[in-house]
Amino acid sequence: MTRSRWTTGWLLLPALAWLGILFVYPIGRLFYASVFTPAFSLSSYGKLLGTSVYAKVFANTFEISATVTLLALVLGYPLAFVLATAGPRTSRLMLGAIIVPLWTSVLVRTYAWMVLLGRRGLVNEGLQSLGLLDAPLPLLYNRLGVTIGMVHVLLPFMVLPIYSVMKGIDVDLLKAAQNLGANRRQAFLRVYLPLSLSGLATGCLLVFVTALGFFVTPALLGGRGDMMIAMLIDSQISQLLDWGLGAALAVVLFAITAGILLAVQRFTSAERMWARVP
Amino acid sequence: MGARAVTERARALNAPARAASDRARALRREAAGPLGRRHPALIALAVATLVFLVAPLAVVIPISFSAAKYLTFPPPGWSLQWYERYFGSREWMSATGRSFEVAVLTTLAATAVGTAAALALRRPFRGRSLIRLIVLAPLVVPVIIMAIAIYGLYAQLKMVGTLHGLVLAHTVLALPFVVVIVSATLQGLDETLELAAQNLGANRWQTFRLVTLPLIRPGVVSAALLAFITSFDEVVVAIFVSGTGAATLPKQMWDGIRTEIDPTVAAVSTLLIGVTTLALGLLAVVRRRASEGS
Repeated sequence: MTRSRWTTGWLLLPALAWLGILFVYPIGRLFYASVFTPAFSLSSYGKLLGTSVYAKVFANTFEISATVTLLALVLGYPLAFVLATAGPRTSRLMLGAIIVPLWTSVLVRTYAWMVLLGRRGLVNEGLQSLGLLDAPLPLLYNRLGVTIGMVHVLLPFMVLPIYSVMKGIDVDLLKAAQNLGANRRQAFLRVYLPLSLSGLATGCLLVFVTALGFFVTPALLGGRGDMMIAMLIDSQISQLLDWGLGAALAVVLFAITAGILLAVQRFTSAERMWARVP
Repeated sequence: MGARAVTERARALNAPARAASDRARALRREAAGPLGRRHPALIALAVATLVFLVAPLAVVIPISFSAAKYLTFPPPGWSLQWYERYFGSREWMSATGRSFEVAVLTTLAATAVGTAAALALRRPFRGRSLIRLIVLAPLVVPVIIMAIAIYGLYAQLKMVGTLHGLVLAHTVLALPFVVVIVSATLQGLDETLELAAQNLGANRWQTFRLVTLPLIRPGVVSAALLAFITSFDEVVVAIFVSGTGAATLPKQMWDGIRTEIDPTVAAVSTLLIGVTTLALGLLAVVRRRASEGS
């Protein structure tokens, strides 16, 4: 065993060096830049806490992420259920319809929503030609647009973990419950739902945490009042060139994300989801 | 060695019986459905959700063949004007070339480095969980953080806008996918085959080359395809790191969308959807071949 440890240990070196230089070190530099500007000071964090505009951005981020998580759950749980109980052919087709969008560029998917939701987009033109609308609805560059786009992008992160847990539920348990006198509703609520909760929790967590750091979709579909943390980081760095504040924001976002994932001890669930995705 | 051979033999003999009982269980599951028949409203909701997932992509494709000068649906007529614009534009062509270059190099780097790491992480050792955490962290750390962190580093090293800079950064993003997928494949690998090769005199490299790699090849190929898509579709890091003169396709699209909504973007989107679908299709073929072969 000792011999094999020695001979395989070096296989890790390239990955560790790569991530050390291009992941750990650059993020470490951000931590450093957030407090040394150039002398040690917490002024960036002070500015962050003391400005109401930034508080609004944090509130936006949490509101949007929570809404998106809830909507993705409402749409994703039934879909996962149908997927888990479908025959092999149907489920393969359904999985394709979930996985192709998942791997399609976020930018393409967001652009597609700009096409659909614009003033002359499919939704508005369709509703107007049916006579249901006189003037086009404002669906884009506001909270509604961001929410729709983000639910679309994140839905697979909800469906896939729930589906993979549901796949493992032993259906005989439900039959047993029904044999013991439960009706279908009771069997679902008291047997199936509790058994699928771990997938549900993983899905909600993945969607929420990923939503917190979203950049492309809110930047393109949102309005002035819908700025999220990632967009604020971008504007500090690329427009205002305020590395101190940009770095402080990045550190806070990093801490929130890492804190949630480590606290819930579901880090590995992200891995498990991706292992099953392809 | 003798005892192991016996248990192996027994397991092999038992395999058809196990497969039969698995199949019976699957059949039973399908016949009844866990909760009897599913409610039509449930099916309708699921179908609607699937349409919601697929429709936006399906709408972009006809838009790219539109004869209109602006975005409108349904298109008033058909034309290839946006494709002509795309293929006639030096900027778009150079962005396309750049994207393929970056994605191919990223795929090679991430697949090699990630497969090596997955092999090393196969057996438990002290500190393994910490190392796994670091290797997989790019899956969950917000991309915007990695983008500005790497941008800061590259600005200092004068690496913004370089090909190798982008490849190095994209490899960080693709690496966890490779490790996850190759690790999952390695879990299903029968280690006694490797031991047998070594007992027969193969050294570690020969064992890897002649036994391990052929057995995990479907996993490695899948990982490579996903690494390719990861890089080819990546926007946020490219926005920061690819600079002004060396845009990738998604970065060029980003600029195109932000300044004016130019339907050329619809043509490019169609191309990106095509490349992604093709890669995933290949992946499905690889997977199916692998499961049929075993």
